[in-house]
Amino acid sequence: MRMTMTQKILAAHAGLDKVEAGQLIEADLDLVLGNDITSPVAIKEMEKMKVNGVFDKDKIALVPDHFVPNKDIKSAEHCKCVREFAKKNEITNYFEVGQMGIEHALLPEQGLTVAGDVIIGADSHTCTYGALGAFSTGVGSTDMAAGMATGKAWFKVPSAIRFNLTGKPSEWVSGKDVILHIIGMIGVDGALYKSMEFTGDGIKNLSMDDRFTIANMAIEAGGKNGIFPVDELAISYMKEHGTREYKIYEADEDAVYDEEYTIDLSTLRPTIAFPHLPENTKTIDEIKEDIRIDQVVIGSCTNGRLDDLRIAAKVLQGRHVAEGMRCIVIPATQKIYLQAMEEGLLKIFIEAGAIVSTPTCGPCLGGYMGILAEGERCVSTTNRNFVGRMGHVSSEIYLASPAVAAASAVAGKISCPCKLS
Amino acid sequence: MKAAKGNVFKYGDNVDTDVIIPARYLNSSDPAELATHCMEDIDKDFISKVKKGDIIVATKNFGCGSSREHAPIAIKAAGVSCVIAETFARIFYRNAINIGLPIVECPEAAAAIEAGDTVEVNFDTGVITDVTKGTTYQGQAFPEFMQKIIAAEGLVNYINTK
Repeated sequence: MRMTMTQKILAAHAGLDKVEAGQLIEADLDLVLGNDITSPVAIKEMEKMKVNGVFDKDKIALVPDHFVPNKDIKSAEHCKCVREFAKKNEITNYFEVGQMGIEHALLPEQGLTVAGDVIIGADSHTCTYGALGAFSTGVGSTDMAAGMATGKAWFKVPSAIRFNLTGKPSEWVSGKDVILHIIGMIGVDGALYKSMEFTGDGIKNLSMDDRFTIANMAIEAGGKNGIFPVDELAISYMKEHGTREYKIYEADEDAVYDEEYTIDLSTLRPTIAFPHLPENTKTIDEIKEDIRIDQVVIGSCTNGRLDDLRIAAKVLQGRHVAEGMRCIVIPATQKIYLQAMEEGLLKIFIEAGAIVSTPTCGPCLGGYMGILAEGERCVSTTNRNFVGRMGHVSSEIYLASPAVAAASAVAGKISCPCKLS
Repeated sequence: MKAAKGNVFKYGDNVDTDVIIPARYLNSSDPAELATHCMEDIDKDFISKVKKGDIIVATKNFGCGSSREHAPIAIKAAGVSCVIAETFARIFYRNAINIGLPIVECPEAAAAIEAGDTVEVNFDTGVITDVTKGTTYQGQAFPEFMQKIIAAEGLVNYINTK
């Protein structure tokens, strides 16, 4: 049949035996997602449509997380609009402050995204759920509105690039380094309109949190989606977090790929993306000069999960952030927050001179909770280092793993745990 | 379908949605308000200079980054009649069509057209004419259903009129 994993999922949801790259299809949706920035626009669009309510109140997830807890009056009005829409349409999966988390950490944790699903979300990092073997992709608010109303979306079937991962990452190398390495290699439009399909026996050496991080940043290479095969680890994650039935799709052995890369994970080094594009990567060994920094952010849909916080705590334990350093740690969900508390991680952060925030996307997109002033530099575990992304247009963002971010907070300059005394 | 004609604002590779409309303004979803900050972080003068009908030309991967529909909304509300680029990021491409902002992929035009040129785009044929230079380029013509969405000022109106 020569189909990739993504193509098989799309074919099944379009009621077709076979699809090929470039074909336009209409697919049934298992979940439609929106946040407090994108949903108000979608709600307004949906109100203009001649439809009676949503297609399925159980298959829509509304997660106010970007400017929440409300950062100002306008944001509060947006959240109110989403809240009232959720109430009126009896949306099952609306998450208020207290239950909410950053959407792409929250939904898998709630068991709402499983292997074999087709998911659209009005947020570009919706591609995260590919870690569990789902087809998931970011769309805009109008697509979200049409999805909420009809339960369907049109897609152009993507071709794919295969990344064959082998070997085992060394200490202090994590999923973030893997995806930054890949983006550095293929560029920010290297996978434009395409699927990024990860395969190979190196996958068994990546935790679920590593895989979420990797799939999450597929969009940073221009990808339509990133997807992993479903193994025992993914199955046990889904069983632990929910009851929804999953379906495993596998790429055909003779599936056609536009390009194939083999990456030996054991050769990767801690990798940092320099301003102002995620493709401007250097390994820690290539950085010869001292790059002084003012702020560190550890969190986001990319790296705010428990593994990430554990690594950061391992680095910060018994150490203190550099003088004048602002180190902001943001657990991605309430559950992660609680687990981090129970494991004593929050105590380690606070004793190290970091602050711990309630879950929010806040600083990642320059919303609030850590905006940069003119000329300031930040090492951040987030996903984008575009001009002005976190504040002033002359500020600089260096994207890195939680290990590098924590070590940099201690050193006051870009560093790595292996370099700390 | 009527053609677009206007003066060109020219940009380079990877113009991302954070510079098209910075997130600090996303506490609003009002098109007119968003338009007042359009391109602010990449070109401070854009909003004071842009006139109704003007055209944006850029090279690779225009609109990369966030899925914010506010980006094409801001461009359209600022009066821009068409965006020409070598390639577009895929979410931006979908969003532009869904809200009725005409966009054309054409590597040759994207490379040759300069800031300040007067350019005309025929949506039926995909032909792009640089009136200033006297050159023409063959861009991707709009498929019929996309033309209808754009003529209806977006997907929602199009669905309603079907």
